[in-house]
Amino acid sequence: MVRDAARAWADAELRPHVRAMDDEGRTRPEVIRGLFEHGFMGMEIPEERGGSGLNFTSACLVVEELSRVDPSVSILVDIHNTLTNNAVRFWGSEGLQEKWLPRLAADCVSSFALSEAGSGTDAFAMKTTATASSDRSYYTLNGEKLWISNSREAGVFLVFANADPSKGHRGITAFMVDATSEGVRVGKPEKKLGLRASSTCPVVFDDVEVDAADVLGEVGLGYKYCINILNEGRIGIASQQIGIAKGCFDIAMPYMNDRTQFGTKIADFQGMEHQYAQIATEIHAAEVMTYNACRMKEAGIPFVKEASMAKLYASQVAERAASKSIEWLGGVGFTQELLAEKFFRDCKVGSIYEGTSNIQLQTIAKRIKEDYR
Amino acid sequence: MKIIVPIKRVIDYAIKIRVDPSKGPRGVQLANVKMSMNPFCEIAMEEAIRIKEAAAKAKKGAAEVVAVSIGPKQCSETIRTALAMGADRGVHIETKADVRGDYVDLQPWGIAKLLKGVVEKEEGGVDLVLLGKQSIDSDCGQTGPLLAGLLNAPQATFAAKVEQDDDGSFKVERETDSGTETIKLKPADSPAVISCDLRLNTPRYPTMPNIMKAKKKPVQTISLEDMVNELGLDLDDVLSPKNEVLEVYEPPPRKEGEMVESVGELIGKLKEKGLVA
Repeated sequence: MVRDAARAWADAELRPHVRAMDDEGRTRPEVIRGLFEHGFMGMEIPEERGGSGLNFTSACLVVEELSRVDPSVSILVDIHNTLTNNAVRFWGSEGLQEKWLPRLAADCVSSFALSEAGSGTDAFAMKTTATASSDRSYYTLNGEKLWISNSREAGVFLVFANADPSKGHRGITAFMVDATSEGVRVGKPEKKLGLRASSTCPVVFDDVEVDAADVLGEVGLGYKYCINILNEGRIGIASQQIGIAKGCFDIAMPYMNDRTQFGTKIADFQGMEHQYAQIATEIHAAEVMTYNACRMKEAGIPFVKEASMAKLYASQVAERAASKSIEWLGGVGFTQELLAEKFFRDCKVGSIYEGTSNIQLQTIAKRIKEDYR
Repeated sequence: MKIIVPIKRVIDYAIKIRVDPSKGPRGVQLANVKMSMNPFCEIAMEEAIRIKEAAAKAKKGAAEVVAVSIGPKQCSETIRTALAMGADRGVHIETKADVRGDYVDLQPWGIAKLLKGVVEKEEGGVDLVLLGKQSIDSDCGQTGPLLAGLLNAPQATFAAKVEQDDDGSFKVERETDSGTETIKLKPADSPAVISCDLRLNTPRYPTMPNIMKAKKKPVQTISLEDMVNELGLDLDDVLSPKNEVLEVYEPPPRKEGEMVESVGELIGKLKEKGLVA
């Protein structure tokens, strides 16, 4: 039912905006309002705090269905739910949860501010600092984050800054920073190959004062929170990639069932049959891997290897599906007449963000090696 | 205030219907086909929830919306969707899996008799029954009028607007070929029965929080046989079709139209076909 409701909304309310938002390079406010109104933004937040009280698997299903229509919008939903909201729920104090969860469920978009110009994969090399006041009642943040998704729409940033660089990564601390705080400056959005409606901007923190009550969890444990939340967040990315792959099929299959050449429907040529059967099989495999990772996480079984495998594989499948779909569509697939070319551009970042494919391979290798030691 | 909304599980409106000619009257393929709530039933459900919300806002006391469905086990999903839209509870009269609801086995007469029983069984009475004007599988359009007749109830069909007055009566605008007609229904011993047309409203999507809430709402499930016994009906009378389906076939494929180059040519063609003088 969750899947059906998300699909119905996406088809009727999101689809009409997709091409225009890609051209304009921004997500329309009415789309964001719709996301909040239909409960897609507070999916795992408990009902008492204004959320929907759903489980992680449901949230991933919603991300998949939204991705099938527009991955730019699904990434906003995915980051908000699987990174920020869940981090606040897992490690936030009672007070922090009480302050932020209702807003995150109702109308406040969030951003996950980790990366910097000098620290992507090497996240712990971050240079943003957080200096405690003499009475430790507040921290002053200074630094510049880069590649921050949702930053133009965000009402709050989950910022990772080092409160004690002498301790290396063990000084990294997570802060909930209100976007309206003095000193927060969101820069110009990057012009990207894909996910163009999703804002990706540099965010400067210039002597931004953050109350100690807005520290997420404990000072110096930010590095742990960040690793742990990304371990699960990448299952959401896998769902997004599967949605992209299915979205490509939604365009290519009806076209191939309709178009005839040499008196035969394109879909009936054996060469074509073999190709789309192969890709469909891979999409199914990615889907099973992803929802199995969801199952393991919800069952409390270690799932880091499976989550990495799901994200790695799903992003590869999405790229193949998007590329092949354009070929199956022929000339028109190469034009903006259809959304296939958009999916092709959108999928590329799947092998890059929330842990590059090379990092996923290393994570998987490490776990396999340990299994056999 | 109590509102009953009968809802029907039908083939999803977007699915291309396939017919197996070798199966005769049972030729419409139902296996592995996506099923959803009948769109006109969705409109009826939406209207019921709006009336409930308006009553709450005007502090006129709580209104209860009950979703009723007659069909196989899977109807429970349709009822859950109604609950996720905002209905308060559900009643599922469960039929055996091989009983077809499209128009072959369970037809409007049987449905209307069951619904009459459901309405009369409700403690505290029922103020309003809202139904879709027709289902998109059988397109009979009979259940509403039959139910109103059986209940001796005031009824309005093809409702395009429904308003409730302070005295509890309903003002309904109906779209007819000669214009809009407004009629007033005064429920007394029997509820008002209103069947809903397309332009009445745009149904809401179930939101995520409401889907979760729907899981906790009560649904009473009772087998068709038990319900028939409880209501003192005759199972044969309910199940035996009053209309016999003779044949089912796919419509002939649309022929390609003809492209014309100018208005002159268009007029020429129309004259050729004797469509204009």
